[in-house]
Amino acid sequence: MVADSTTALGQRLRKAERRGHFWAYVLIAPLFLFVALSFIVPLGTVLLNSVYDPIIPDNLPRTVRALDAWNGPRDQVPPEPVFAALAQDLKVAVQEQKAGAIANRLNIEESGLRTIFMRAARRVAAQEEGPWTPFFEAADPAWVQPLIWGNIRNLAAPTHSLFFLSALDARRLADNSVASQPEDQRIHITIYLRTLGVALTVTLACLALGFPLAYLLAHLRDKTANLLLILVLLPFWTSLLVRTTAWMVVLQKEGVINSLLQTLGLIAEPLPLVFNRFGVVAAMTHILLPFMILPMYSVMRQIPASYVRAARSLGASPSTAFLRVYLPQCVPGIGAGALLVFILALGYYITPALLGGSTDQMISYFVADNMGRSLNWGLASALAAILLAAVLALYAIYDRIAGPGNLKLG
Amino acid sequence: MSNALPLYATPLQRIGHWILWIFCTAVLVFLIAPVLVVAPLAFNNEPYFHFPVKEYSLRWFHELFTNPAWLNAIYNSVVTAVLATLLATTLGTLAAVGLNHHNLPGKRLIMAVLVSPMIVPVVVLAVGSYFFFSKLGIANSLLGIVLVHAVLGMPFVVITVTATLGGFDMNLMRAARGLGSSQITAFRRVMLPIVWPGVLSGALFAFATSFDEVVVVLFLGGPEQTTLPRQMWTGLREQLSPTILSAAFMLILFAISMLLLLELLRRRSVALRGVVE
Repeated sequence: MVADSTTALGQRLRKAERRGHFWAYVLIAPLFLFVALSFIVPLGTVLLNSVYDPIIPDNLPRTVRALDAWNGPRDQVPPEPVFAALAQDLKVAVQEQKAGAIANRLNIEESGLRTIFMRAARRVAAQEEGPWTPFFEAADPAWVQPLIWGNIRNLAAPTHSLFFLSALDARRLADNSVASQPEDQRIHITIYLRTLGVALTVTLACLALGFPLAYLLAHLRDKTANLLLILVLLPFWTSLLVRTTAWMVVLQKEGVINSLLQTLGLIAEPLPLVFNRFGVVAAMTHILLPFMILPMYSVMRQIPASYVRAARSLGASPSTAFLRVYLPQCVPGIGAGALLVFILALGYYITPALLGGSTDQMISYFVADNMGRSLNWGLASALAAILLAAVLALYAIYDRIAGPGNLKLG
Repeated sequence: MSNALPLYATPLQRIGHWILWIFCTAVLVFLIAPVLVVAPLAFNNEPYFHFPVKEYSLRWFHELFTNPAWLNAIYNSVVTAVLATLLATTLGTLAAVGLNHHNLPGKRLIMAVLVSPMIVPVVVLAVGSYFFFSKLGIANSLLGIVLVHAVLGMPFVVITVTATLGGFDMNLMRAARGLGSSQITAFRRVMLPIVWPGVLSGALFAFATSFDEVVVVLFLGGPEQTTLPRQMWTGLREQLSPTILSAAFMLILFAISMLLLLELLRRRSVALRGVVE
């Protein structure tokens, strides 16, 4: 009897708990849906667009089918039925005003293809009947070369890895082999290394400047510490653009530092402090320093002073006590701060764009550049996907070290 | 804790102590000086940049508050930030109340996902939302910007409200329920009056995030959605005009008032929850 009522009670308790969980999920659901719609799906679209590129199969369907049916070797020019299919596709594309888009897509793979393609597109409406091979040859002799056909075949499937190849400074040639890009277009590996380099420099600078300050703040009386903490929090709360503007004012040729040094007679010519790596690193260090100081400070405050005193009384020298007793206890704070600064630095765009020269731009800049200026959205997506993957991997590590709720700010 | 050195400190320790102080003062100057340097220059009378300032005036503030382009940008920024804050705060507070439920399965993962907008590079999100919102037909619109800004501000709301709820005595809710109040009434009349400073702090964070955001606006904003940061960005790319500095000065005042307000809210929150720190 007793056992029965205990199990019954247990069941009811579990049921009540499940009901409680259910309502908790109901409260979380609206935000989760919203995040899915405005955050997760957009990020997913970036990943999708880095591999999904259906412009050729969508707009040249007959040609793709005819090429498939023929399936000849890559060093040969396809036979007449393929040309006939292309003529049909072209007529439709011209009518639907899609020819320009196709030409642009081909041009990304091999510059010059745009002109060749558009020349044929302009003439195709005037011709009713085949044979089509001589028609295309007359439009441009490149049509009876394997190059353009190889490129069309590379793009025939709606998903491909061409954008990632391009993001890794490689390309698929017309003969279906993978080769590295010509020397002058091999820029992306340099950009990744530069991004890592800048992020690492900024992280180390933040650590070097932040550690002593966090240490001092943690060992001050609460009142003094809170007062000095305001000096850390004020720049933290100041708009990123304002701080970038401020650094421009400080560093530029007629800026504060140069004026000061010239007035003091220390330099004759203004120093080049901005639109170079120095300006970028200085401003990014300034902007990210609070992210380093705050986690370190909160960890250091928890460390009881008695540990170091105990070590000292047991005969450790001040440096030994610091290195072997104090420092190991700071590691979670240092790890969390450094990782956070590094993660945030990887994605910086505004500050390097405004304070850096052309050789100081980081990966985000090239994502934006390929979106806006070069209009190569696939490559922009592939670069963004690589950046996102790196950041998310580091975030998983950060989550292990600090836990997401510990992303405390202020 | 005290900053005074113990009496048994060696001379070397004393020197180290002073070096630490000097170094930290330098770091604090590094942190605060660039922000302060903007202030005198905002009151410069010259149409070009010169340091030190020869003649002071309010000329560029007059320009800031009369030029239609800047006024429009300020207006757009406020509207966008208010809408994004309302959305982020409402949804974020609800979710934080749900997350406060003890032993909720999957809480850690949900939290990790909800906080991730803080660390995902904004450019990636801007590109993605441009792709996706173009398909929905809300790219180049206020709605698109508001949605993404709300996502960017939401983690701050979730974090601050969750932290505030951590110090909230759930027995109060049980008491209210036991006395016959509905779930919603208990939330409105018991929980909210105690945790509101946390909610408001989160809202302030969300507002500041949206008010400062420029990358998403660059991708998603049409010409009608020029916000203050975007106006500054455009100006900075061309030439550092004094109007930008006066706008920057206003934003620094804004940051100072945010800081003060947050401190007041923190004290209020501690008092309301009876937390001894």
